[in-house]
Amino acid sequence: MTNPTGFLDIDRQDRAYRPVAERLKHWREFTEPLPDSELRLQAERCMDCGVPFCHTGCPVENLIPDWNDLVTAGQWRAALDSLHRTNNFPEFTGRVCPAPCEAACTLNLDDAPVTIKTIECAIVDRGWREGWIAPQMAPRGTGRRIAIVGSGPAGLACAQQLARMGHAPTVFEKADRIGGLLRYGIPDFKLDRMLIDRRIAQMEAEGVIFRANMEVGVTVPVERLMDDYCVLVLAAGAEQPRDLELPGRALGGVHFAMDYLVQQNRRNAGLPHSGAPILATGKNVVVIGGGDTGSDCIGTANRQGAASVTQLEILPRPPLAEDKGTSWPRWPLRLRTSSSQEEGAVRIFSVATLRFEGQDGRVTALVCEQDGQSLAFEADLVLLALGFTGPERDGVVGKAGAELPPTGYETVRPGIFACGDARRGQSLVVWAIREGRECASAVDAYLRGA
Amino acid sequence: MRQPAKQGLYDPRNERDACGMGFVAHVKGERSNAIIARGLEILANLDHRGGVGADPTLGDGAGCLIQIPDALFRAWAEAKRLNLPPAGDYAVAMCFLPRDAASRAAAVERLERFIRVAGQLVVGWREVPVAADLLGSAAEAAMPAIAQAVVARGPNVPDQDAFERKLLAIRKQTLNPLEAEAKRRDLPGLPDFYIASFSSRTLVYKGMLLAHQVGAFYKDLADPLTASALAMVHQRFSTNTFPSWRLAHPYRFIAHNGEINTLRGNVNWMNARRRTLESPLLGPDLDKMWPIIPHGQSDTACLDNALELLIAGGYSLPHAMMLLIPEAWSDTRMEPKRRAFYEYHAALMEPWDGPAAIAFTDGRQIGATLDRNGLRPARFLVTDDDLVVMASEAGVLPIAEERIVRKWRLQPGRMLLIDLEQGRIVEDEEVKAALAGAEPYGQWLAATQFDLKDLPPGCNPIRRPPDDDVFRRTRISFGYTDEDLKFFLAPMAAAADDPIGSMGTDTPLAVMSDRPRLLYDYFKQNFAQVTNPPIDPIREALVMSLVSMIGPRPNLLGRQAGTHKRLEVSQPILTNEDLEKIRSIQETLDGAFRTITLDATWPKGGDAQSLEAALQRLCWEATEAVLADINLLILSDRAEGPARIPIPAALATGAVHHHLIRQGLRMQTGLVLETGEAREVHHFCVLAGYGAEAINPWLAFDTIDDLCARGSLAVPPAEAQANYIKAVGKGFLKVMSKMGISTFQSYCGAQIFDTIGLGRCLVDKYFTGTATTIEGIGLAELAEETARRHRAAHAPDAAPLDPGGLYALRAGGEDHAWSFDSIANLQHAARGNLPDKYRAFAEELNARGRRLLTVRGLLDFRPAGPAVPLEEVEPAAGIVRRFATGAMSFGSISREVHATLARAMNRIGGKSNTGEGGEEPERFAGDARSAIKQIASGRFGVTAEYLVNADDLQIKIAQGAKPGEGGQLPGHKVDAEIAAVRHSTPGVGLISPPPHHDIYSIEDLAQLIHDLRSVNPSARVSVKLVSEVGVGTVAAGVAKCTADHVTIAGYEGGTGASPLTSLTHAGLPWEIGLAETQQTLVLNGLRERIVVQVDGGLRTGRDVAVAAMLGADEFGFATAPLIAAGCIMMRKCHLNTCPVGIATQDPRLRARFTGTPEHVINYFFFVAHEVREILASLGLRSLEELIGRADLLEEADASGHWKARGVALSRLLHMPETNGLRRHGASLCRAWGTAVDRQLIEALDGPLPARIEGSVGNKDRALGAMVSGEIARRFGHAGLAEGSLHATLTGTAGQSFGAFAARGLILELIGDANDYVGKGLSGGRLIVRQPGEVPREAAENILVGNTCLYGAIEGEAYFAGIAGERFAVRNSGAVAVVEGTGDHGCEYMTGGLVVVLGPVGRNFAAGMSGGIAYVWDADARLGGQCNLASVALEPVEDAEGLRALIERHRALTGSERAASILADWPAALARFVQVMPTDYRRALATLEAAE
Repeated sequence: MTNPTGFLDIDRQDRAYRPVAERLKHWREFTEPLPDSELRLQAERCMDCGVPFCHTGCPVENLIPDWNDLVTAGQWRAALDSLHRTNNFPEFTGRVCPAPCEAACTLNLDDAPVTIKTIECAIVDRGWREGWIAPQMAPRGTGRRIAIVGSGPAGLACAQQLARMGHAPTVFEKADRIGGLLRYGIPDFKLDRMLIDRRIAQMEAEGVIFRANMEVGVTVPVERLMDDYCVLVLAAGAEQPRDLELPGRALGGVHFAMDYLVQQNRRNAGLPHSGAPILATGKNVVVIGGGDTGSDCIGTANRQGAASVTQLEILPRPPLAEDKGTSWPRWPLRLRTSSSQEEGAVRIFSVATLRFEGQDGRVTALVCEQDGQSLAFEADLVLLALGFTGPERDGVVGKAGAELPPTGYETVRPGIFACGDARRGQSLVVWAIREGRECASAVDAYLRGA
Repeated sequence: MRQPAKQGLYDPRNERDACGMGFVAHVKGERSNAIIARGLEILANLDHRGGVGADPTLGDGAGCLIQIPDALFRAWAEAKRLNLPPAGDYAVAMCFLPRDAASRAAAVERLERFIRVAGQLVVGWREVPVAADLLGSAAEAAMPAIAQAVVARGPNVPDQDAFERKLLAIRKQTLNPLEAEAKRRDLPGLPDFYIASFSSRTLVYKGMLLAHQVGAFYKDLADPLTASALAMVHQRFSTNTFPSWRLAHPYRFIAHNGEINTLRGNVNWMNARRRTLESPLLGPDLDKMWPIIPHGQSDTACLDNALELLIAGGYSLPHAMMLLIPEAWSDTRMEPKRRAFYEYHAALMEPWDGPAAIAFTDGRQIGATLDRNGLRPARFLVTDDDLVVMASEAGVLPIAEERIVRKWRLQPGRMLLIDLEQGRIVEDEEVKAALAGAEPYGQWLAATQFDLKDLPPGCNPIRRPPDDDVFRRTRISFGYTDEDLKFFLAPMAAAADDPIGSMGTDTPLAVMSDRPRLLYDYFKQNFAQVTNPPIDPIREALVMSLVSMIGPRPNLLGRQAGTHKRLEVSQPILTNEDLEKIRSIQETLDGAFRTITLDATWPKGGDAQSLEAALQRLCWEATEAVLADINLLILSDRAEGPARIPIPAALATGAVHHHLIRQGLRMQTGLVLETGEAREVHHFCVLAGYGAEAINPWLAFDTIDDLCARGSLAVPPAEAQANYIKAVGKGFLKVMSKMGISTFQSYCGAQIFDTIGLGRCLVDKYFTGTATTIEGIGLAELAEETARRHRAAHAPDAAPLDPGGLYALRAGGEDHAWSFDSIANLQHAARGNLPDKYRAFAEELNARGRRLLTVRGLLDFRPAGPAVPLEEVEPAAGIVRRFATGAMSFGSISREVHATLARAMNRIGGKSNTGEGGEEPERFAGDARSAIKQIASGRFGVTAEYLVNADDLQIKIAQGAKPGEGGQLPGHKVDAEIAAVRHSTPGVGLISPPPHHDIYSIEDLAQLIHDLRSVNPSARVSVKLVSEVGVGTVAAGVAKCTADHVTIAGYEGGTGASPLTSLTHAGLPWEIGLAETQQTLVLNGLRERIVVQVDGGLRTGRDVAVAAMLGADEFGFATAPLIAAGCIMMRKCHLNTCPVGIATQDPRLRARFTGTPEHVINYFFFVAHEVREILASLGLRSLEELIGRADLLEEADASGHWKARGVALSRLLHMPETNGLRRHGASLCRAWGTAVDRQLIEALDGPLPARIEGSVGNKDRALGAMVSGEIARRFGHAGLAEGSLHATLTGTAGQSFGAFAARGLILELIGDANDYVGKGLSGGRLIVRQPGEVPREAAENILVGNTCLYGAIEGEAYFAGIAGERFAVRNSGAVAVVEGTGDHGCEYMTGGLVVVLGPVGRNFAAGMSGGIAYVWDADARLGGQCNLASVALEPVEDAEGLRALIERHRALTGSERAASILADWPAALARFVQVMPTDYRRALATLEAAE
């Protein structure tokens, strides 16, 4: 560590956002990267803790102090190597991760945490810019073929790891393009699609075969895959949305958040979408659910030109600041405002929806309850962002007859593995990457007979 | 009585001893019985240097060596009508014969047979008249049958010297195979047969006796017919209570005070000489004498064996002593011939290193010598009637002052020799000049000695790693991790220092780790504690040497000399270029050396069998090579690659080294290592410790080159490599000095390690003689560990280097006890008082099976009975009283934290510990008082007032994180507050020396305990030790020093700063040390009189329960309560950047501290509650019932773990038989203080000022300490008005005269004093001068002993005479005038004023950071004597002040030296030099500017 008192001498600086008015006009990313000189200073704030609590926060166990140290020393390429060692796709996590590492950062205890996520993102962006990120070919192949179902972050991480071990993975994706939730779930303004394409290209060069428009269990029978491949990895996500089965649910204008988001993402990509368009333009939008998907809906609705956006959260308003003495380094419960919420949304807490009211088969209002009081919201578009209950009903997991394992990645059916949201339930991209990596190791061990 | 057998963790070979010794001799060789009587009187006056065992009537052993009393034997022969040849033509064997008749008959028969075979004649057997009724029952039970065999010189030996040689051969042949003989003939008593002496010149009377019993027991000694011109006596202090008759000194030639640290290596090397040793004088007899040094003897016995071999081989007595215990000769100021003498002999034999004052005699000459560092006291005097008296203390014989013509001391490395035949004292200079001039040593060296650096470059190209991929794989194969680069190679190469870390270690033992670990991790470094001192390798560099001799050694007894070629390196780390020089040496040096490189790898896929085969192949190749006259072996693992696995370098080294020793070939060859594995300091230490004479860490160099190439290092590659080598050298010195070893040559092969987790078979075969406490892995697991690394390295998708995670936690790295979760849970529990969180915390740490971390993790509980209801168990409030917080100084941690811990402990009735930095006086009375006051080597803030305000006085011998090392508080941490508490200057760094300079030996510890108890008789005195093999024995010694309390610290313990080498590789887990302590104390019957505390890594209630079962009464915690208070294990304590305000003095950070006493209290109560639950489940109702119940523990099943399954803990759980308690019962009652002190205390109650007069003797120790304690208790540090109490005393004062003397007390001594005068001086005034009418110059004779004014705080001292070594060491404020000092004067001084009106010894002002010294440098030698690292020599600034002080000295002492200086003041002033620390001057300037 070059500067043991960096944390005392330097204040935290993080990436800024473009002004709201400006960023609402487009669908592009709107964060402003920090200059290298500032990044090096920020990295210098890292104390290189004896017990780096950032690790507890980071599911992929990024070697954060190590690459902070390298950035401080200006050794960006070495930092990139260190980062890639634990994380296949830092450009994704550097953008969409909620950064539990920063919550766990020792400096978060009585100061402001190191801007870990920003540094991570800068390292990998620079790596791409400099052309340091090239395909990593396995020295020799094993000839073992592996089918991976699902091309989200878990499937991709698993595939990349397996390819680099010399195996031959094929990734099956039911959608028309590769990327899963990254591709069609996360709004473009949070994750530029070019980033995904670039990784896919690297992976193809490393020998990963991608098969889009192939829905395993529907267009391709599971048993056929089992004949053709040594191992089947289920990484199909947890796409079954939680529903709100209340009176008026069938009214027009009440949609699952993901249906809404996917449409807009396809629209941005110039692709056709199925079903009638769901648009917020000029509408009073109510988003039910206070999580990240809810925020994505808000950002999308505002960009579409919604008349108003209201977000309902069933839980009480969390405190503005946590008691760090009894929470740090754990992920604290406190009021957070996402960039999308910042762009304009009314947030209402402790509110439970009672029914949807409508006219002409279309929703017009929501009747809710707060502290025993009944209240109503005007609503032309209601988006349900209540989370996901697990893998899709009747999806590939059920069809494969592979009951999910409580621990480990191998299912009860020999040769079938599961990872990512499909295994652990809805979670963060960074967890998906970790699961994909670990699952790859488990598959490799299985193949080696260990 | 024999020693108890090895059992549990007790091993008799760990016994240590030390003592008092002396001799009296008539220079002209006049024999009389009076000389013997005087010798015995010396003995009686040294008896306080012995220990008090469980049985006070039982001594540790004492004895007396005299010349053969011819008249006595002639009278006997006449009475028996035997024909006795003239004196000198017969010898006497002093025999301890077995008591059972059959064995005795066999013994007698055996001796007589060998005498006859050797052609000598048995004159007869003489029963030795003894007074057995004097003895206590135990000594009597062990008493042998004592008889003397009188043997006449046979016609086949030409002269007396040849007769002596023959006698040696007879004795060796008789005794050496006794064990085997006993078994063969089924005579179990036979090994008791022992020959105390067998000579035609000397006779030894010794036994398991108290000092005063020797004369009465052996009736011969009082017989007027028994006349001798010399009497050499010795009183032994053994650390345990199983002294045996044979272990008493003197041995045949020597009596020894001290300890040989390098013993194991010395004995190994001696055995290794078997095939090279030849002597024309001994001829075929030499072969009959093996083993030269039999197994299972004390260090002194071994040294005596070596000495008698050298003498038999033709060396003179002084020559042999110079060979065994050379002075520090690397000093370039030494006279060249003498230096050449030592350098020449260095190749013959490695020094026997350690603190040692040795008296030696062959009956014709008698003398004494001191180790190179002067670590034992030895004073002598010469009378006008030709008597020389030498003893560990002055004043042991009442001799009229006016008869004494000279009083002096043995100086470091010097020799005192009296030649009784020539009838004169031969001075050191003369002896050595004569020997050094006897042969052309300088010419021989010039002709035969080659320095590696002068050799031409090798013929082979230097190999570089071929490409990145191979380089990476190679590093993985050798187990390199990111941490090796980050924590070791990069910083070492950048800054040339062994890197520092903090907060201890909390990773699993290597044997319990899931990860493959390097073999080095199974070795823990030994370190000196109590029985010998560590050395300060920086400040006392003059005694240290890293020179290594590579290659074959000449015949020790050969006199051909001069032709044997030798290769020398200045330090043992070889660059790749150096190694190529050696590889090509055959060509470049005309065949003087012949080299072979042996492959130390084995084939891929290898298992234990193939590894064993490879080792066998390696050993055979080594033998073949040596027999083929190849004399330099290079073991190389360069062949590592996809198909070859490197043999762990330590294994290859140990295997070849011990194999060659066993074959007697080791001395014929050098052993050099070329390895990719070694990189940390510890690695090199292990390799050297097992016989590598030089090591080339090629992969470390490649890595450094790579770091340079990548721009990770700012220095050029050549400099980076040089820095790295320098750093390793510094680390080496530190590790060696930790054990008190000064030279690499003695360290090499000395095996100063304990192993933990290695199986006995493995150790016995490859690391023969190393201690194992916990059994563990064998060759199979070792092979697997190595192969795993190799597989990972050569797997197709080989990852980058492993993150490591040993020194800082890393995901995917090594496991740690202090994990994210355990820290978070503990903090949440403590802050929120949340029992569930505590439970989660404890569960994580206690859970076994899932994670193996510690020894206790492999132990299960076994209930004593049915569970009892929780409410019947002793309340938590009772349990927490047994808890203490660890010693963390105010200085290492912030004031807020220090006070928080103290408040918490005071509230719950536990104890907090000041640590070594003193305590602010305003805290003495309040709620922030620390009940335990620590006394550490720096003695910072240790005033009489500090001492009287304690419940416990803890002498810190060592700390877990860096045993055997000192510390340093950097100047930037010394702010005004800390400086005030430590009585030093803000901004000036403070050094804690590695040893307590008043504890170099066990009897010194007894003295310090005596001093402390004199000051504060109501406090418990505690001694803190660190767990290592043998700590139990030291603890028994501590108990015999009458300490009330002993702390056994585990190596895990945290620290503010420590070299990483020590942090992880020195010391053992507390479980082992505690169990050994418990077993040894119980076995000795000492357990119930001492409280045993354990600390170093206690975290949960389960830990407490295990510790209690293994024998702890009390429990210390340091890291855990700190974490409860907010510590997050940053491990940055040494950087002052602790972000939570704990280990920092930065006000910005201190403000961030949020801990409260409640947090700490919550934690301790959680622990106590957990203890209660455990007690209830075990069926016990109080913690006391659990103490010592090792039977309630059982080994857990570890069969599922690939390494830990081999661990065997049965020895840990052994419970020796006893009728006594297995826990603390009641401490000893003692009376303290001298008569003078009692008189002075009485006077305190009367009108002041008061004056008393009296006389003193050397048994009056710590005079003035008790009254000073009383003054401090009543009046605080401010004390009394100047001169309120004035005592005028005559005689020789005992040790610690005027210790801690308080203000207002004046002690005026007319006579002289022993060591430690004015230790801890707290404001009093000391005056010592010789009596008026004596025939000697005051300024040329010794007046006060060693280590005077150690840790003095303030006050005045006037000594009209010369002081011994280390005068005013760590003085912080006293003003002293003295007329000459020994070596190391003013060492570590931080304040005060010292005026020396005469010469100073070597290394003056070493590590001096404050205060001023003025030296009257009459012969302009100061520049050469001074250690200029931290001071500047300047003209005197304050001449008037100096003059006033000298005038005061003259007035108070009547000093003639002062008078003559003042007589011509301007001229004298010009000769004065002011010695001023540079930092001190800077700090004073800063302070002045601030004002």
